[in-house]
Amino acid sequence: MDALVAQLQMQFRDYTISLYQQGFLDDQFTELKKLQDEGSPDFVAEVLSLFFEDCVKLIGNMARALDQTGTVDYSQVGASVHQLKGSSSSVGAKRVKGLCVTFKEYCEAKNYEGCVRCLQQVDIEYKTLKTKLQDMFNLEKQIIQAGGIVPQVDIN
Amino acid sequence: MGIVTESSQFHVLAVDDSLFDRKMIERLLQKSSCQVTTVDSGSKALEFLGLRESDDINDPNAPSTSPQTHQEVEINLIITDYCMPGMTGYDLLKKVKESAAFKSIPVVIMSSENVPARISRCLEEGAEEFFLKPVKLADLTKLKPHMMKTKLKKESEKLAKEENALLIPVIEEDSSVIEILPLSQELESEQHEPMLSSNKRKAMEEVISTDRSRPKYNDITTSV
Repeated sequence: MDALVAQLQMQFRDYTISLYQQGFLDDQFTELKKLQDEGSPDFVAEVLSLFFEDCVKLIGNMARALDQTGTVDYSQVGASVHQLKGSSSSVGAKRVKGLCVTFKEYCEAKNYEGCVRCLQQVDIEYKTLKTKLQDMFNLEKQIIQAGGIVPQVDIN
Repeated sequence: MGIVTESSQFHVLAVDDSLFDRKMIERLLQKSSCQVTTVDSGSKALEFLGLRESDDINDPNAPSTSPQTHQEVEINLIITDYCMPGMTGYDLLKKVKESAAFKSIPVVIMSSENVPARISRCLEEGAEEFFLKPVKLADLTKLKPHMMKTKLKKESEKLAKEENALLIPVIEEDSSVIEILPLSQELESEQHEPMLSSNKRKAMEEVISTDRSRPKYNDITTSV
């Protein structure tokens, strides 16, 4: 069993590091992990859950606001983008946050095409991140099921 | 929630309109060994403190506590988001600092936006710190000295109050017979020496005719 655990742990380590290197996650995700302990063993999963729910809700708001035939209320779009920027920043969702920064600028410039493009991108991006994180959590589960402990990954 | 009895833990009141941010700040504070109460608006924060707004008469859910009597909960720090609908974090800061009862509570402002004018305005109004979101664990270690200050201050104030209450001298007619002691000492001597020296006891018994001349120890309420 030890060989399996070691293999899984290495896979987990490599996968986690790749997420940081590819810009999906940043330091704030590391900070988030620090908040998880025996008292709150599922904190990261809970927060991410909330975050992804937020994504669905806020992107829905943005889509509706941009779908107005006639004048678009850019401040409404901007308000949702601002919120998404905040929560993505708090979980360390680096790419989503980066898109929100650009999105916000397009809102301020009242650039319709720019906004629509950003909306599509942010939708793809959060879904991609969700899949990646699910893969990461599955690796964690496999390690535990194989009798091992999830290693602390040092991002340098 | 109930009444919080004084403990060695710091109690922080966290204010943020975003559920997500409330969850984050709550965990951060818990991880820093603080007791946390979260509310979703400035007005709820004031309500919790017992500082109700005068135009809140239409709110059926508002508790009917007056500022003077609401001392059950001790808050060592208020941490609030800046951007909130209705009352902003800045408005809340002002209200707290304008209140005689609560102006000594340190207030910390959080914001996702780095606006220097906003930051200096908050600091000028009396905010202890201004944190940029996302707030990190390391940021919260800066708060311990602020919370320590108010906790120690409150405890020493309380002690001073209790001592003052007990320092009312015993006014006797025959003062040559009775040694006037600060009451705290008198209490102590009674506790440690239930059998007073015969002279003193006799003298006291001679003079004490009515209850009025002797302070009623039982009436002094001390809050621990």
